[in-house]
Amino acid sequence: MPKITYIENSGNSQIIEVANGLSVMEGAVQNDIPGIDADCGGGMACATCHVYVKEKWLDRLPKKEDGEEDMLDMAYEPKRNSRLSCQIIVSDELDGLSVSIPSKQG
Amino acid sequence: MNKTDALIIGAGPTGLFCAHQLGLIGLNCEIVDNLDKIGGQCIELYPDKPIYDIPAIPECTGEELTNNLIKQIKPFNIKFHLNERVEEVKRVNNKWIIKTNKNKEFETPNIIIAGGVGSFEPRKFAPKECEKYENESLFYSIKNKSIFQDKTISIFGGSDSALDWAIELSNKSKVNLIHRRDEFTGAQLSVDKIKELEKLGKIKIFTKYQLNSVKGEQNIKSIEIKHDDESLEKLETDYVLGFFGLIMKLGPIVNWGLNLNKKTIQVNTENFETNQNGIFAIGDICTYPGKLKLILSGFHEGALAARGCFKYARPDEKLRFEFSTTSKAAQERLGVKK
Repeated sequence: MPKITYIENSGNSQIIEVANGLSVMEGAVQNDIPGIDADCGGGMACATCHVYVKEKWLDRLPKKEDGEEDMLDMAYEPKRNSRLSCQIIVSDELDGLSVSIPSKQG
Repeated sequence: MNKTDALIIGAGPTGLFCAHQLGLIGLNCEIVDNLDKIGGQCIELYPDKPIYDIPAIPECTGEELTNNLIKQIKPFNIKFHLNERVEEVKRVNNKWIIKTNKNKEFETPNIIIAGGVGSFEPRKFAPKECEKYENESLFYSIKNKSIFQDKTISIFGGSDSALDWAIELSNKSKVNLIHRRDEFTGAQLSVDKIKELEKLGKIKIFTKYQLNSVKGEQNIKSIEIKHDDESLEKLETDYVLGFFGLIMKLGPIVNWGLNLNKKTIQVNTENFETNQNGIFAIGDICTYPGKLKLILSGFHEGALAARGCFKYARPDEKLRFEFSTTSKAAQERLGVKK
């Protein structure tokens, strides 16, 4: 299974095996990674699963759908490498992906 | 003091359908919601987005679903208390006494929490010092626009609210509009209008900027905004407005002595009662093994919770299971009996 690294704001990091087809958000929620709230459950309607993606991964991720960037306007401290983790679906190509969790989700 | 058989907290689809189920079995209820309108997440987060998984409704929007539910509960004349948040819940004898943030009181044997992911509150700025100025010279919504006359206002956001206020306030104030990227999500008409006002020198637009810090004493004097390329810009300003939409917060519910699991309330699956007798939780806010955050699950949970309320509201009566197709009593309550 692809390994995803979740880096908490405190600096703690955990490497989690996430099955292909699950989202990076689901990988976090199912493994009790703190800091990813996912209030709306993956509907791209709340921006509380916001993560920062390591620069080198930015171009290798599936492109943002309409609506993701609009939701990121609402996120807490968005940056250029911001993504909604519910919109990143895990696949073999993403093995080794590393995401940082912001200090707050809002 | 308002007396009712059940108080529902949350006017989303789950709360509305639960009110219908209470009405059918002859119980009355009232509904409190922190939003200023009925519909919960359906109306606040996705009024225009189609929903495809409501049984027997191939496609409908959040707004249509809400309107249909309102129509469905019309026969029961349910009283809504909008713009109000439940703050306090106390057990007195066999009843619950509930107090809202507007000091309204309810007495009821049953509370049904259908609160989604909590109450909607404005999303706030990141810099810590913003809190100090909140509701004085920094706002997330506008109640009295007259205070802005002849002042300099810095508005943050790219949504319709941000654009509409920038346009409106540019009449009588100096307006800076600051947004984190070049594209705005507001209506194209408003975007065109903003650009036109920029050419006329009525609005200054700063894109790819976010708020970095706020300076002032009693009131805000200036702000510093930071560009994507890390460069800083200082703006003299009297007021700061932020329009980043709403976020859901569990709020006072955490103080009611309920068993919580992260941001959700643990319930049994027989009648969706919590660890407190007479407090039920349904919809997105409840959790149990296998919980699905679907509207249809909320409907099922509401139907069972309504029946769970019966024994506390009518302790001397027995509830008989009936179908709406054949029950004379149910049809009378619906006002459809010929």
